Amino acid sequence: MKLLKLVPDNTNIGFVAMRKWAFALTALLTVLAVGATLHKGLNMGVDFVGGLMIEAKFPQAVETDKVRATIGRLGVGESSLQQFGDPKTVQIRLPLPEQGGAGAANTVVEKTRTAMTAEFPGVTFSRYDTVSGKVSGELIQTGVLAVMLAVIGIAIFSWFRYEWQFGVSTFVAIMHDVLMTLGFFAVTQMEFDLNIVAAVLTIVGYSINDKMVIDDRIRENMRKYRKMDMKALIDLSVNETLPRTVMTSLTILLALGSLLLFGGHVLRGFTAAMMLGVVVGTYSSIYVSSSLLISLGLTPAAAEKKATKKGYAGNAERVGPRETSRDDGARP
Amino acid sequence: MLNFSRWAVAAILLPLVIGVLCSVPTFLPEATVAKLPGFMQTRVNLGLDLAGGSHLLLEASTQDVARQRLTNMEEQVRTELRRGEPKIAIGDISGRDGKLSFMVRDPSQVDAAVERIRPLTQGAGLTGQRDFNVEVVNSSTIVITPTDAGINNAVKSAMEVATEVIRKRIDEMGTREPTIQQQGGNRIVVQVPGLQDPKALKDLLGQTAKLEFKLVDINANPAEVAQGRAPVGSEVLPYPNNPTGVPVIAVKRQVMVSGEDLTDATQGFGQNNEAIVNIRFNGSGGRKFGQVTSQNVNRPFAIILDGKVLSAPNINEPILGGSAQVSGSFTVESANQLAIALRSGKLPVALTVVEERTVGPGLGADSIRAGLIASIIAVVAVAAFMFLSYGRFGIYANIAVAINVLVILGVMGILGATLTLPGIAGFVLTIGTAVDANVLIYERIREERRRGRGVVQAIEFGYKEASRTIFEANVTHAIAGGIMLALGSGPVKGFAIVLLIGIATSVFTAVTFTRLLAARWVRTKRPTEIII
Repeated sequence: MKLLKLVPDNTNIGFVAMRKWAFALTALLTVLAVGATLHKGLNMGVDFVGGLMIEAKFPQAVETDKVRATIGRLGVGESSLQQFGDPKTVQIRLPLPEQGGAGAANTVVEKTRTAMTAEFPGVTFSRYDTVSGKVSGELIQTGVLAVMLAVIGIAIFSWFRYEWQFGVSTFVAIMHDVLMTLGFFAVTQMEFDLNIVAAVLTIVGYSINDKMVIDDRIRENMRKYRKMDMKALIDLSVNETLPRTVMTSLTILLALGSLLLFGGHVLRGFTAAMMLGVVVGTYSSIYVSSSLLISLGLTPAAAEKKATKKGYAGNAERVGPRETSRDDGARP
Repeated sequence: MLNFSRWAVAAILLPLVIGVLCSVPTFLPEATVAKLPGFMQTRVNLGLDLAGGSHLLLEASTQDVARQRLTNMEEQVRTELRRGEPKIAIGDISGRDGKLSFMVRDPSQVDAAVERIRPLTQGAGLTGQRDFNVEVVNSSTIVITPTDAGINNAVKSAMEVATEVIRKRIDEMGTREPTIQQQGGNRIVVQVPGLQDPKALKDLLGQTAKLEFKLVDINANPAEVAQGRAPVGSEVLPYPNNPTGVPVIAVKRQVMVSGEDLTDATQGFGQNNEAIVNIRFNGSGGRKFGQVTSQNVNRPFAIILDGKVLSAPNINEPILGGSAQVSGSFTVESANQLAIALRSGKLPVALTVVEERTVGPGLGADSIRAGLIASIIAVVAVAAFMFLSYGRFGIYANIAVAINVLVILGVMGILGATLTLPGIAGFVLTIGTAVDANVLIYERIREERRRGRGVVQAIEFGYKEASRTIFEANVTHAIAGGIMLALGSGPVKGFAIVLLIGIATSVFTAVTFTRLLAARWVRTKRPTEIII
């Protein structure tokens, strides 16, 4: 049986040589993403801005304008409507009444329900969320804190495990992934809620996973080929792990793709964020984080010191290098 | 590396078998599970977003507790100094800035007053900390300041009582398996699965249910009362349904009987077939009520709920039977709610809903169905992809993934973890990442083969070298998961639980278990070439 091979054996792509272009493109995209986030803002869900959310399911497709007009007559504040998944499901968002606490929020829900049922017979309400301003503020805080802690914690881990250059390069690459995800949400104006924070944290986890594999290979090769030029060594490592990087990204995209298509509308934003994160994370692993090590001045000597101290020498010198890579190493 | 002793094989297979067995009850109907032995009753709980139901986050105001304590203290001080012997006259009582201050009219009595107050301010705790500090300023004014420890204790005990009261009220509603938990210093999470309309629940939890009976002050000047002024010993309370049209009424400060003396409350109907609440007093409550009503025939009394007057009926004759009727434009539903609230006792502090999430059962069922379909498609697609890429080894990886899915469910059942909708996403993602470990190993084996290693050696090296990478990659992944679990709320937590369990089990199934399978194959077939 002939097995499927997505990446041919012994690729030898000069990723490091492209790094100037890659850095420029990455910087440009990141700036655009940040710009979009600041300029357009995120479409924050009730989790983060507080308010009332009612999800209504109509027996047949409905015009949002008609729904908006019905709610507009109630005098419960400005509503924002979003069709959700299919034309029969509409998500209605309303501001929380300023006074009166829980009772007042109840009244708004009741009023809206009564008016909607009168106007559109057969409508059902499948979800209500009410989040007060205080709680939503706390949710933002813990969300931001969680993402920051995860990024910093992982950067520190890879600094201790390897050299500081690895810590910095992964930190930069992951920040890029997070900012790109935010930019995606700003541009598409998809709702940004608590689930998306989980998605961002997963992207952080996945992206670091990817970088760890390449970093680990770089370290292994640094011990194996002590005389090799750093640029060639990094290219070799990225090329060696390329089949795995592509395979894993594809399997995860396959899994997420089925979730996006068949997983129901509630998870759609979540899945979209993760798929984007996988693509962006894979890109930054291949083009950004490894090449950045060179710019940060990683030398084989530094690795040598730490490796002997840690006491594992790997299988250095026991195996001859790959044909292609030996050529690389010999080239000045 | 590829040699497993009999014991090692058993040690690898046993936890997997247990994990898989524990996942079985989740797929069986509830009735069947009940017949299984105890250790097999490990079902995965469905979160509210899947099962449908209501999640409420209630918050008590700490200031409210502090204010109430100060009012109580004021009452105690008045009683102690005015009624005790010798009588000490005080004035200028004020409760501003969260402190209680008052002036002792006769400066020579200041020391005696402080002596008499001190016992009131001692904390009930064993730590010996004071609940209040007492100090004398300007030689005649006594200031009583609550200590932080005192306030914290008061909030803590108020929250404990509140949690208990809420539990009783929800139990009375007859809903199944509610979760009621204290969260942080002053919050309570209430989760009621299957509840579709949280309005009734919120109304029920929203009322403090502090019931009091007081006499109406018939001597008060109506014009002054309308302006909010009451004679000494009386107070003006809101009375929204006052038949005279004035929304306030003056009542005596002294309480005739309060809700604490209740033994029962039920919803019933009055003479005109309107909804009322029948209440029954305990012995002392009944006696007090009888005594006051005998002395005040033909005068009105006020029924006060949470500081608002519900109604002010006339006492036509002494009420000696120890029971009474509470009327006040109720609907059957609201009368029933009040009866429940009165039976379960009053909340020591008012609670407000700061977060509410309700998912209808229809949406929950849709989500489960969609999640299940997505998971199955994801598994099939990934499995096909793995088989096409790695042949025999791909099948090993697929067996490992299938077992992994069951073991995750089993572990979740053992831990009593809850599966939420984001948890399903975590599941699908775990399927994706679990095969990553196998991809790492197999790609490494391919590489080692290309470098000219023999079959057995290549497999051995592939597993050995890749294991280190897999370990490192998973540690970092677990860091992210751990932070989500620690800081995340609701949906994020549900996702993190599945992710963390998945990381732990997938390393075991994807590395150790597939190595066992590969080793068996190599030992029995002794292949000279592998297709990978």
